[in-house]
Amino acid sequence: MAKAPAARSEAPAADPQKTNRERPAEPRPYEASKDELLKFYEDMLLIRRFEEKAGQLYGLGLIGGFCHLYIGQEAVAVGLQSALTEKDSVITGYRDHGHMLLCGIPPKDVMAELTGRQAGISKGKGGSMHMFSVEHKFYGGHGIVGAQVSLGAGLAFSHKYNNDGGVCLAYFGDGAANQGQVYESFNMAELWKLPIIFVIENNQYAMGTSVNRASAEDQLYRRGESFRIPGIQVDGMDVLASRGAAEEALAWVRAGKGPIILEMKTYRYRGHSMSDPAKYRSRDEVQAVRDKSDPIEHVKKLLTEGHGVKEEDFKAVEQRIRKQVAESADFAESTPEPDPAELYTDVLVEKY
Amino acid sequence: MAIDIKMPALSPTMEEGTLAKWLVKEGDTVKSGDIMAEIETDKATMEFEAVDEGTVAKILVAEGTDGVKVGTVIMQLAGEGEDAGAATKDDSPKADAAADEKKADTVEDSAHPAQEKVDTGARQLFEAASHKAEVTDPAIPAGTEMVKVTVREALRDAMAEEMRADERVFVMGEEVAQYQGAYKVTQGLLDEFGDKRVIDTPITEYGFAGVGTGAAMGGLKPIVEFMTFNFAMQAIDHIINSAAKTNYMSGGQMRCPIVFRGPNGAASRVGAQHSQNYGPWYASVPGLIVIAPYDAADAKGLLKAAIRSQDPVVFLENELLYGRSFEIPKLDDWVLPIGKARIMREGKDVTIVSYSIGVGLALEAAETLAGEGIEAEVVDLRTLRPLDKQTVLKSLAKTNRLVVVEEGWPTCSIASEIAAIAMEEGFDDLDAPVLRVTNEDVPLPYAANLEKLALISTDKIVKTVKKVCYRG
Repeated sequence: MAKAPAARSEAPAADPQKTNRERPAEPRPYEASKDELLKFYEDMLLIRRFEEKAGQLYGLGLIGGFCHLYIGQEAVAVGLQSALTEKDSVITGYRDHGHMLLCGIPPKDVMAELTGRQAGISKGKGGSMHMFSVEHKFYGGHGIVGAQVSLGAGLAFSHKYNNDGGVCLAYFGDGAANQGQVYESFNMAELWKLPIIFVIENNQYAMGTSVNRASAEDQLYRRGESFRIPGIQVDGMDVLASRGAAEEALAWVRAGKGPIILEMKTYRYRGHSMSDPAKYRSRDEVQAVRDKSDPIEHVKKLLTEGHGVKEEDFKAVEQRIRKQVAESADFAESTPEPDPAELYTDVLVEKY
Repeated sequence: MAIDIKMPALSPTMEEGTLAKWLVKEGDTVKSGDIMAEIETDKATMEFEAVDEGTVAKILVAEGTDGVKVGTVIMQLAGEGEDAGAATKDDSPKADAAADEKKADTVEDSAHPAQEKVDTGARQLFEAASHKAEVTDPAIPAGTEMVKVTVREALRDAMAEEMRADERVFVMGEEVAQYQGAYKVTQGLLDEFGDKRVIDTPITEYGFAGVGTGAAMGGLKPIVEFMTFNFAMQAIDHIINSAAKTNYMSGGQMRCPIVFRGPNGAASRVGAQHSQNYGPWYASVPGLIVIAPYDAADAKGLLKAAIRSQDPVVFLENELLYGRSFEIPKLDDWVLPIGKARIMREGKDVTIVSYSIGVGLALEAAETLAGEGIEAEVVDLRTLRPLDKQTVLKSLAKTNRLVVVEEGWPTCSIASEIAAIAMEEGFDDLDAPVLRVTNEDVPLPYAANLEKLALISTDKIVKTVKKVCYRG
């Protein structure tokens, strides 16, 4: 049954920040140089244009099945992943295109997977929801809601077992945050002090169900409290806040203090997937977020006002990215489908 | 009157045990709740408590005695006001427990009725599993010394050897470390390998199956123990969706070398939720290897192969077989090929195909049938996926008759699969319809008589074989 948002009492509730346990410091917005800001801008723009193109190709029937776009949420992955090193691993659910591009996987390899071609990152056998690149330490791309949380804990386990200094960044949504295995994994991650950052990308809607219709505790950053995992709520529409939170979280985890939760408050502009008409929210609601909190516009403004970047400079970036995306789309449309013999390959590694 | 205290049954499958230690001596007074002895079962060392008050009159089985049968009188307790010395005229404690067995059967006491030996279906499986058929595995070099080990030890040795050989191999699961394994399969591993590599998990199958799978994706080689595969239903999402499919979905980039292992199938009187055979479930999934060994040599050789495999393996053990001893070749590195069935007994009249504990029954049935002039060939599948069709079809071509024996449900079973294969690829060799001997198509009942009716038995196999041979 649907329920009203949990009433918030006027008196501040017991503040988890005030316990006598050690807590991470309140993260500060990242102080980015002009070059770093430009990089954030470019990375976010690449994701947006890539996703827009994927949406177009889907409309043309070149991409099939389910296709979940990341438009609106770009600042989350760009801010967080810009703080990672080569040792670290990334895992997420099925809204995965953006995270992959940020891992350094060429856009054409991702796009060709979306169109189901041999040149795709999974040889056309995975599709939008199931993409992986061990080479780039991107471990999927998982289609089952919440599975990546336990799997991510396993990746963190392997970092610790191998003592390689790596941290796993495990993304999941506000919907997955209600899955049982998430809490089983929280328990083990804290118990074994696994090097993992649990990133809840709270885009407010689990498909069509808003957070407060599905979650008894809708302040998702508190979800680790009973496992003694600290949580931080972050403005996920602000790439500098996102990067600042990543710095704090990585410092915590790398110091051996165990896992940490980042709740990234964000918003997706498109439907849950391409086939979602998004009737559960108004156009006005979406438009209001786009107008007020767009992550790309935010950085553009910072660059214009703080660093004197001119409109023509932005145009040059825009052109370069559009070209790159168009090329990957052309490639994805023209490169051949898998050979029929591929049907039977990669089922097992060995011969028996 | 003195009270006879008998060797208790402390686990569903316990038939005998070791009287490890007496904590009382003759002349001591005991009251209800006092621990009188430590008894080692096939699974663990248990404390044996007094339920009656009295004075220890006579200790009849000395500590350190092995093989004390359940029901054997191990001590006598004199009640209040009785003369403890007069309780028995028996001699001093005897190490020979068997001598006391008769007494246990004859001496009755209203407070302690002799443990009735219930003739259950599981007991039938259990006894058939001890079948001493002479099996020669072609993979064993001639002249190899054979040693007798239990299936439990064989599995433990397989893990220990592979852990010594490869740093990436580790074991995780419920009670695998400090408790030494719920069924003692991981006994001693914690001592040798430490808590980095032998890891006790919380009771969260879904979570730790995912953690194990993720660790395999991250380059390690986990062995995930389920206390029983019945509990793995909570984790089946990771076994199938995460472990089995990823290599394919990633175009061969992301491997998942993991072993999920634990007991599977009916145990003894543990009811419907702890007795299911998941062989057919997992064997239906492309991307998985599914192994279900019968004896100790296969348990060891195939578990080692499973751990070395680059693919995800579901390794189905059988609780009733853990304590059974079999001959196993004494070789430094005993590894068997995955995906190869084994002819357990040669015959010309009919082929009986089975796996896991069903093989024991099939061998026993073959023995009975031989007495009636029917020479049955017994094939142990050993690996359920990939299935060794060739061995089955070759045997069928030789005998022209086929019976499949499976300790599990009939619908959508391995038996159904074998029947389909015989139909598609062996039709011309069939002189009779393929018949199946499986458990009844019901949740396994608890009641001893019903359980027995539900499970496969040697009798059912014998009858069915005669039917395909058009005899009797």
